[in-house]
Amino acid sequence: MQPEEPATTGADLLVKALIDEEVEVVFGYPGGAVLPIYDSIFKQNQLRHILVRHEQAAVHAAEGYARSTGKVGVVLVTSGPGATNAVTGLTDALMDSVPIVCLTGQVPTHLIGNDAFQEADTTGITRPCTKHNYLVKSVDALARTVHEAFYVARSGRPGPVVIDLPKDVLMNKHEYSAPQKPVEHKSYKPITKPDRNQLHRLVELMARAKRPVFYTGGGVINAGPKASQLLTQFVRMTGFPITNTLMGLGSFPASDPQFLGMLGMHGTYEANLAMYHCDLLINIGARFDDRITGKIAEFSPKSTKVHIDIDPSSINKNVRVDLPIVGDARRALKGLVDIWQKTQPRIDLKAQKAWWAQIDEWRARKCLAYKQGNEIIKPQYALERLYHHIKDREHYITTEVGQHQMWAAQFLKFEKPNHWMTSGGLGTMGYGFPAAMGVQIAHPDALVIDVAGEASIMMNIQELSTVAQYRLPVKIFILNNQYMGMVRQWQELLHGGRYSESYMESLPDFVRLAEAFGAVGLRTDKPGELDGVIEEMIRVKKPVIVDVGVDKAENCFPMIPSGAAHYDMLLGPDDRAAKPVSEEGMVLV
Amino acid sequence: MSNRELTSSHTISVLVDNEPGILARVVGLFSGRGYNIESLTVAETNAAENLSRITIVTTGTPMVIEQIKAQLDRLVPVHKVHDLTMEGPHIERELALVKVRSTGEKRVEALRLADVFRAKVIDAKNDSFVFEVTGNSDKVDTFIDLMGGLGLVDVGRTGIVGMTRGGEAL
Repeated sequence: MQPEEPATTGADLLVKALIDEEVEVVFGYPGGAVLPIYDSIFKQNQLRHILVRHEQAAVHAAEGYARSTGKVGVVLVTSGPGATNAVTGLTDALMDSVPIVCLTGQVPTHLIGNDAFQEADTTGITRPCTKHNYLVKSVDALARTVHEAFYVARSGRPGPVVIDLPKDVLMNKHEYSAPQKPVEHKSYKPITKPDRNQLHRLVELMARAKRPVFYTGGGVINAGPKASQLLTQFVRMTGFPITNTLMGLGSFPASDPQFLGMLGMHGTYEANLAMYHCDLLINIGARFDDRITGKIAEFSPKSTKVHIDIDPSSINKNVRVDLPIVGDARRALKGLVDIWQKTQPRIDLKAQKAWWAQIDEWRARKCLAYKQGNEIIKPQYALERLYHHIKDREHYITTEVGQHQMWAAQFLKFEKPNHWMTSGGLGTMGYGFPAAMGVQIAHPDALVIDVAGEASIMMNIQELSTVAQYRLPVKIFILNNQYMGMVRQWQELLHGGRYSESYMESLPDFVRLAEAFGAVGLRTDKPGELDGVIEEMIRVKKPVIVDVGVDKAENCFPMIPSGAAHYDMLLGPDDRAAKPVSEEGMVLV
Repeated sequence: MSNRELTSSHTISVLVDNEPGILARVVGLFSGRGYNIESLTVAETNAAENLSRITIVTTGTPMVIEQIKAQLDRLVPVHKVHDLTMEGPHIERELALVKVRSTGEKRVEALRLADVFRAKVIDAKNDSFVFEVTGNSDKVDTFIDLMGGLGLVDVGRTGIVGMTRGGEAL
């Protein structure tokens, strides 16, 4: 008797593998090479597909979904242009350590290398912009590869993984194999358990410290909500000041008096000066990015540096540290809380008091102050009013990239992890709107707001069609200054005010644009109307574009000009003339 | 500061899954991050477990070398990364094929020097030899230099392979 042919096609077992990996939503766009997968999706009811209008948006939506839930975001695109359009999103996810599995169609195996229609060397193109990628050449490897891809995407330092799927592999038949638990990978074994002795050494350093500061980043958020709880507990036990990176906002409550605000290029005066003057710097899950360190030679020169990170390659990359600890932030913080409770270290309270007195002096400079008049809306004011109206309800914020992003980081207060989604590492304009769609899919009843600029929003504006289709009540809050604001700011500071190509000519009428897609459009440029417009935006249970006309000339301060040190901050427009940017700084971005 | 630190040459052995694209991953990492490759060799070394060994000679400051190793280790199909230069005594060898075309005195001298360098003659014609020379890179360099005056026409080098001394495996 002939053995019975296995009934499952590659496409069917792919969908089954996704369901076994607890995938509920896939963001995608169909095309020739992935038709078998779309057919399998059509025939089932467990996996929901969200049709975006551009593949880049599919990846950003999956990023928003992943970052607001802690799950792996899943993307499905076709071969060739489908895959190349996804590259920006994949790079974004790699830079910000977002767990993504991106399924790309591919021409059938016998056509690979023939310059076939919609063929691209997807694994070649995505190799440097993924954590790992696979080309599945045979259907018997498909299920195993999918399970491995999810493991790689979500474990260790998370990141995007591409699985390239030739069409014949999707059509061929094979038995399904379920995921193995626990996963044992033969070469990929991330270190998650920190060395206990190293944690003891850190607590000893903390006991001796006179001017300590915590500097924590996205690694804490990636380690799960429990890690943020432990961070909050530990920081409060010690009484030490804490600053967050852009990616780390929300891991420690912004309303806590120990919080110094964000650090870095547009960070607060107190956070940056604390970094400069500290004698113990405790980095948990951040990576000494150039936007944080400023001039490396003058970065935190007097401190003993401790770095806890799950990625050994992040340690000693930009800044030499004295005590490296490789491990998961949650496990490290759990260990630190335990050791602190057991050993009850006697910290130098007198020195702490003096340190806080110094910090309070820096705080008294009120570096985020601005002057709101009666005529023109200051962008900072718009965000303060926005926060006033949303702070008592569950809300998620995404942003595009530019001045509005930095103002959002400065003026909105983040109390919880996973509620703030922004493109940090890659700085992708066009990120925020699709990311907000992904967040809204994951949290249908929550208030999801994309704080945008009028330039960035144009980069993925086509997604208005997606929010219309799925009735996603995403709010787009545009701070419209009719300039690419951050570009204009740098041109003003570095290029003699020659505003080359940074003015947004021919902007659309955003209100009518919203209406064209069945959304609601609101507009104001008067300070007195702002509250009413924000209230209306929240009240309407539909997608809304709010076009807030703001001061065109406003710059984002404080600012550490590129190439400058932490103490060398520009606090406002009047500071500028006194501190011209160096030639070395001009070269930096 | 790091940029004023001296650069030095390191020989790094990397044990990887023998799969398509692995070499591109390693080479792409070096070019993408601006690291230097002085020599690179790769071949399957364990067919049963489907493993290849890549030997890379690179230069950099201590901080850069540390980064290179951490970045290599981060690649999913990489099993082990060993810095032979850092990990005690080790041996390095390279093989070169050196073609010399000459007659008369020069031909005799080439053959005599080959003998001194323990190079093997692996092809001979009336007016040419192909020598196979192995040794550390200095020895190979010297031999090739000497052949320069004796009718050198072609050189092929394998690049360096290395191994620690003593009984320990990678």
